[in-house]
Amino acid sequence: MRTAEAFAKTRAEGRAALVGYLPAGFPTLADSIKAIDIMIDHGADIVEVGLPYSDPVMDGPAIQKAADRALAAGFRTRQVFDVVEAVSGRVPILVMTYWNLVERYGVDRFARDFQAAGGAGLITPDLIPDEADEWIAAADAHDLDRIFLVAPSSTEERIASTVAACRGFVYAQSVMGVTGARSATSAAAPLLVERTRKHTDLPIGVGLGVRSGDQAAEIGAYGDAVIVGSAIVNCYLDAEDVPSGHQRLAELTADLAEGVRR
Amino acid sequence: MPNPDASGHWGEFGGRFVPEALIAALDELETAHAEAMADPAFRDELDRLGREYGNLPSPLYFAERLSEEAGIEVWLKREDLNHTGAHKIRNVLGQALLTKRMGKSRIIAETGAGQHGVASATAAAYFGMDCTVYMGEEDTRRQALNVARMRLLGAEVVPVTTGSRTLKDAMNEALREWVATVDDTHYLIGSVGGPHPFPMLVRDYCRGIGDEARAQFQDRTGALPDVVAACVGGGSNAMGIFTAFLDDEAVKLYGFEAGGDGYGTGRHAATITAGQVGVLHGARTFVLQDEDGQTVESHSISAGLDYPGVGPEHAHLAASGRAVYEPVDDAEAMAALEKLARTEGIICAIESAHGLAGALRLAKSLEPGARVLVNLSGRGDKDMGNVVEYYGFAETAAPNGAQ
Repeated sequence: MRTAEAFAKTRAEGRAALVGYLPAGFPTLADSIKAIDIMIDHGADIVEVGLPYSDPVMDGPAIQKAADRALAAGFRTRQVFDVVEAVSGRVPILVMTYWNLVERYGVDRFARDFQAAGGAGLITPDLIPDEADEWIAAADAHDLDRIFLVAPSSTEERIASTVAACRGFVYAQSVMGVTGARSATSAAAPLLVERTRKHTDLPIGVGLGVRSGDQAAEIGAYGDAVIVGSAIVNCYLDAEDVPSGHQRLAELTADLAEGVRR
Repeated sequence: MPNPDASGHWGEFGGRFVPEALIAALDELETAHAEAMADPAFRDELDRLGREYGNLPSPLYFAERLSEEAGIEVWLKREDLNHTGAHKIRNVLGQALLTKRMGKSRIIAETGAGQHGVASATAAAYFGMDCTVYMGEEDTRRQALNVARMRLLGAEVVPVTTGSRTLKDAMNEALREWVATVDDTHYLIGSVGGPHPFPMLVRDYCRGIGDEARAQFQDRTGALPDVVAACVGGGSNAMGIFTAFLDDEAVKLYGFEAGGDGYGTGRHAATITAGQVGVLHGARTFVLQDEDGQTVESHSISAGLDYPGVGPEHAHLAASGRAVYEPVDDAEAMAALEKLARTEGIICAIESAHGLAGALRLAKSLEPGARVLVNLSGRGDKDMGNVVEYYGFAETAAPNGAQ
């Protein structure tokens, strides 16, 4: 399913989309598939599957820990396609990945295999459009969405050039800092969304720090998508066992889904 | 000057593989650096600092007894005599002065064994800036003395407990911290790696090594050296000495990487020799990585060379053939360290001993009397713990000390 279809639906319903993130292979390979199904069952409109990486410079402690666990259990890049294939069909499935893993797999080959598995597009936190010629060509060749990031520190020129390279939506990094659940959302986020809107009609997703339905409602008031990552990972890191993690995830997703519908 | 293209690439290497959030800061840094380098007042102040505080220029020393043994002329650029004991003072003074010029009040740095951390803490103390140093938890234990030095100098040392808890993880953590504090904080990176403009900028502050050595060498011999050799971890001391000679086509440039237990064992830090192109810490370069592109841990007796990446300009010099890179294993490096100590009365850093060992190995294939300039990038005081362990001096030492 394409990202644009999900946004057409949420726009018609007059609300923001809920985007849930989980690293593939966490808490286990099979349970990452189960967890994604739980997210979709409880109201996630789009799913972001993380590709575990040894040096995730944009991630905070929770996602680092999850990625470390997946890698320690032997996670391999190619398995992300199994996960995507298992969960695709109901909602758009994106993969969020640091660039070296894609480059190593082969950019065009990655795009081809990902598309074949039913994937919708890539979010690339350490790849700016300036360095992305090969990926832009591969995304065109395989009809995939490419989601680049804008940040509070981005200049007008950079916002303009970044959104011009995006397809699907634009990822607005709402705080200057790494991923991680925060008790208060960022004051910089509404301003960044407003600045970004001047340059594009694409939906704008807001990420980094969301952990509750209340925060989701607050962000949903100005953003087109509310992106939740660390809080989802924490469902498992904080739980005694995987089944209780699944239970926490179901409750969190339902709360967030209710938040974007307020 | 052999600068990268406008977007920070040397051929296919370099660039900026970082979150968008850092791009504005990198642009600001690039502009500030270019303006500073074009400002005679900045350069004068940096020269004065080097001279009066850093003990620069460092001497060029002809190692007579070592040369006799080796059958070639061995000339040493004595960076070991600099303040804080290595070439690194050049980089930190340059970047700290630039930080001040940009109106920022705080620096952060990553460190492996602690040498760059100590140098950064030194510059921060000199300029009255706040300083936070990220250091792998594993390294804070192994290098407790350097942690003490940094703290004495007023820096905060943050043990990094993620990943492999070593230098690469300290760099990850410094990058994460920088994203969150970029308004008032400069990331004082410790080598010629990272996103553009860092590789160019650090090289510019270290290139005095080669500029001085080239002039000194011509003064003393009336000629240029046949070979310039240096150790390569991230590669700041090697870029520092290579840069002045890049256009001297007759001068051969050799970088010696850490071969660890031996290149063939797979336990090494010989990134260029391994030859796998990848993206790490913001640049495309050679990276020690597995089949999937996950970073692989490096191994070396020398903490300063124990890093799974290398500066992108070195990657370019290797790919273009202008410089040659070869591994030197732990045992060869320690043998060179001992030989230098006993023939010249100089105890160099284990890092630098890799460069010297490579030069001595190369001597066998050079014309007799060939002139080889080696960058003796640091002194060995910090390594005495390793030396004691390596030679077993602790068990055999008489009460007055070894031998």
